[in-house]
Amino acid sequence: MRRSFYERPALFFGVVFFGFIALSFVVAVGPAIEIQAKHKPLPGSQPMTPQELRGFDVYIAEGCPYCHTQQVRPLKMDAVWGRPSVASDYARLEPLHWWMETPGVLGSERTGPDLTNIGKRQPSEIWQLIHLYDPRAVVSWSIMPSFHSLFEVTSSPAADATVVPVPPDFAPSHGKVVAKQRALDLVAYLLSRKQAPLPEGVGGEAAAAPAAPAAEAGGGGAQDEGAMLYSANCASCHQAGGTGLTSTFPPLKDDPVVNDDDPTEHISTVLHGAHGRTINGVQYPVAMPAFKDMLSDAQIVAIVNHERSSWGNSGKPVTEEMVAKVRKEGAPQ
Amino acid sequence: MRRPLTVAKAPIDEVIDADHQLTRLVFAFITASAVWLVFGTLVGLYLSLKFRWPEIDHVPWLTFGRLRPIHTNTVFWGFASNGMIGLAYYVVARTSRQRLHSYKLGWISLALIQISVVAGDICLAAGINNGAQEYREYIWPVMALFAGALVLTCYNFYWTISNRTTKEIYISNWYIMGALLWTISLATIAYLPFYQYGFAETAIQGYYMHQGVGMWFTPMVLGLTYYFLPKLLNKPIYSYSLGVLAFWTQMVFYTMIGAHHFLYSPLPWWLQTVAILFSIGMLVTVVAGTANFLLTMKGSGHAVRNTYAVPFLLVGVVYYFVGSAQGSFEALRSLNMIWHFNNYTIGHSHITMYGFVTFLIWGGVYGLLPRLSGREARQLFIGMHFWLAFIGVLIYGVSLSIGGTLQGLSWLAGKPFEDSVTLMAPYWLWRAIGGTLMFGSHLLFAYNVWCMLPSKSRDEAVETYTEVPSAS
Ligand code: HEC
Ligand code: HEC
Ligand code: HEM
Ligand code: HEM
Repeated sequence: MRRSFYERPALFFGVVFFGFIALSFVVAVGPAIEIQAKHKPLPGSQPMTPQELRGFDVYIAEGCPYCHTQQVRPLKMDAVWGRPSVASDYARLEPLHWWMETPGVLGSERTGPDLTNIGKRQPSEIWQLIHLYDPRAVVSWSIMPSFHSLFEVTSSPAADATVVPVPPDFAPSHGKVVAKQRALDLVAYLLSRKQAPLPEGVGGEAAAAPAAPAAEAGGGGAQDEGAMLYSANCASCHQAGGTGLTSTFPPLKDDPVVNDDDPTEHISTVLHGAHGRTINGVQYPVAMPAFKDMLSDAQIVAIVNHERSSWGNSGKPVTEEMVAKVRKEGAPQ
Repeated sequence: MRRPLTVAKAPIDEVIDADHQLTRLVFAFITASAVWLVFGTLVGLYLSLKFRWPEIDHVPWLTFGRLRPIHTNTVFWGFASNGMIGLAYYVVARTSRQRLHSYKLGWISLALIQISVVAGDICLAAGINNGAQEYREYIWPVMALFAGALVLTCYNFYWTISNRTTKEIYISNWYIMGALLWTISLATIAYLPFYQYGFAETAIQGYYMHQGVGMWFTPMVLGLTYYFLPKLLNKPIYSYSLGVLAFWTQMVFYTMIGAHHFLYSPLPWWLQTVAILFSIGMLVTVVAGTANFLLTMKGSGHAVRNTYAVPFLLVGVVYYFVGSAQGSFEALRSLNMIWHFNNYTIGHSHITMYGFVTFLIWGGVYGLLPRLSGREARQLFIGMHFWLAFIGVLIYGVSLSIGGTLQGLSWLAGKPFEDSVTLMAPYWLWRAIGGTLMFGSHLLFAYNVWCMLPSKSRDEAVETYTEVPSAS
């Protein structure tokens, strides 16, 4: 009596096994081999320094990718995070230890902001350190965990130690907060997260194909571009209500520069940053970063005008010509 | 007597005279499974509190990024895998009408799995992971132990099935053997590093993440249900051909759709499109499977009312349909755009892994254990387990589906990122409430399993009984 296909275990399970492996080569292993061979790092990108690599290791060990993506989709709603990611952006990734595989940084959940461009968006090392020590010290609504274990509290920091100026409400009652090496490494990694420019024609398939859906798909645009840009670029320090944080970041509400009818210094501060001023009698330990490479003239107009017309401020509105003029004059001496 | 939460159910009708060694092995797996469920979901519950109170602790190994993989890997490899494999040992031997090929290998598999989960969790707590890639966070030396357990189990099942005394290979065994063979290949492919440098890692990750749930948990519990449902209803499965159709489409369609986890990523556009098409195609598989189960149940309303195992199976089958249909929609570009990256996906994960997989495992456990040991758990507690878990996961799924959709719409409207975090507060609170009910039900489940364990005296009685024939 002949046994049917379904009664012959070796044959039946053989088909089940090898069929799956064959399909796996079509949809996973094959494409993976091809991607690995085809996509080289972008010419404008840099390999990570040893310190950044150590920081990357902390990033993976602490599971930051469970809340943070590093993947910008070619959609209008993702444009705030940067240009669409291309395969070459990830080409330099490789395992960090013998027991590890190539880490995954694209992520599947955006509980916190995308970090593809965090080095551009938030280049202040001190801000990053305060934020890691206690995110709620700088972002009141944050639900990100505090990473106290990356810091130590000591009453007599060494001369070369990085003392973190944690705002008083969040600082420990005694002693100073000092960043451990792991914290400095992690911040070095974060600050290195900047998208390299795409050379003409690179990006290829991945960037080109979705262009059409990107154009039609979603993204109603901000109702108020100025407010949106302010919240994305400035609010982390100056806070949503323009209130600043006591003795760490100055308030922009009722600020003399913001309410000055001559907008030159206001514009110049945003373009070139600032450090060491005495504002309303207070000196701030942190520097204000420069935004000239990050924001276009039109975006600066939107932000500056937002600041000049919010929270009771009444500075005169500025125009794109004014910004262009200040930009041309270069940084003040 | 009227009971507040449950109706009185009929006591079990028969005690199976299964061989004693098999009984012990099955109970060992199920006990381990229950312990891991309690531990894994205690961690899950704690995580859900952290969304409300991020400052709840400052202990490095309790930080969110380390606990989250402990939650997912414990419930995957500890709870669900132990539970499914334990039930499968019984089903394979029973439907083959054959003694298990080797008990020793069964016990070794059991030990390997527990060692890998303990070692894996300790590594994760220490910040040692495989690169923060979901569900393959255990480093390879640890995962190799787990894979070893699967290879031994697979070998054991294969020879049991090969030596069967029945003519056919019952359909449950197709699914169970399929799941083992697929998962062994999957783990191997996912852990070999050579083709995973740079962005290539993502091509494998999408495939792995999807096959992990689609080629391991799904076929395993479906296979078990093909046994337990007809058995508990005391009638044959509605249609064998529907089962055949569902099996082959499962293997072909499901394998193709991993890239839907990375829609709009730089993965080749054709790969994403293939994934979407087959995600829609999966409706065929899911409708065939669900219809087959529901039509088998048709006319057996009394069984739902009168037994405590069948309601669990019913809920599992319905969630199989709901969760999978939801998944097919999530795979459409226009909807994925909104639902990707936010809590909607977390809702889907629990609707499927909990509503579907977990409920079916429970159905099998409550259906089988009392019949093996002759000891029943208290009906009141089983009833409470059912309702707490059922209401809990309903709250979990509904709140995150609504919250996640609102998150997506807020991004689409170009609102500040802050809104998508603050708007979630009430939904995260509801998730924690649902999670508390679920966790409470798991404590009851563990207690119930304890009540169903074979009694010592019976144990010894059976022991002497089984030894007699082997001596003759
Ligand atoms: C529980 C989820 C969670 C985890 C884990 C997490 N974050 Fe965050 N992160 C957030 C949220 C939410 C925000 C937005 C609020 C804020 O700025 O604090 C954020 C913000 C940030 C920002 C500022 C982004 C911006 O655009 O201003 C940085 C940088 C950051 N996180 C880095 C990290 C690093 C590094 C780790 C790991 C050590 C980490 N995060 C772990 C949730 C998380
Ligand atoms: C890393 C934190 C940080 C960020 C981000 C930041 N600032 Fe500042 N800002 C500061 C600090 C600190 C000062 C004070 C600088 C000093 O001490 O000279 C300052 C000063 C200013 C001043 C001048 C106030 C005065 O009276 O002199 C203006 C105007 C200003 N910031 C606007 C902005 C705008 C607009 C943005 C967003 C595009 C922004 N800032 C982003 C930290 C920040
Ligand atoms: C008491 C019950 C449970 C609670 C409170 C709970 C809670 C959680 C929380 C808070 C997360 C993290 C979500 C995030 O990062 O945003 C999570 C993730 C997850 N949980 Fe649970 N969980 C429970 C039970 C389970 C069970 C039993 C399973 C599987 C059988 C499971 C599978 C998962 C999976 C797969 C994820 C990852 C989801 C994703 O990345 O899409 N959970 N859970
Ligand atoms: C027809 C069947 C199904 C389809 C088409 C489907 C589709 C999807 C899609 C598109 C996602 C990605 C969502 C996103 O990130 O945007 C997803 C995630 C997920 N699905 Fe399904 N799904 C199906 C069935 C199932 C089943 C049966 C299970 C469980 C056994 C399951 C478990 C999960 C989990 C755990 C995730 C989260 C993965 C992660 O990001 O960590 N799905 N599914």
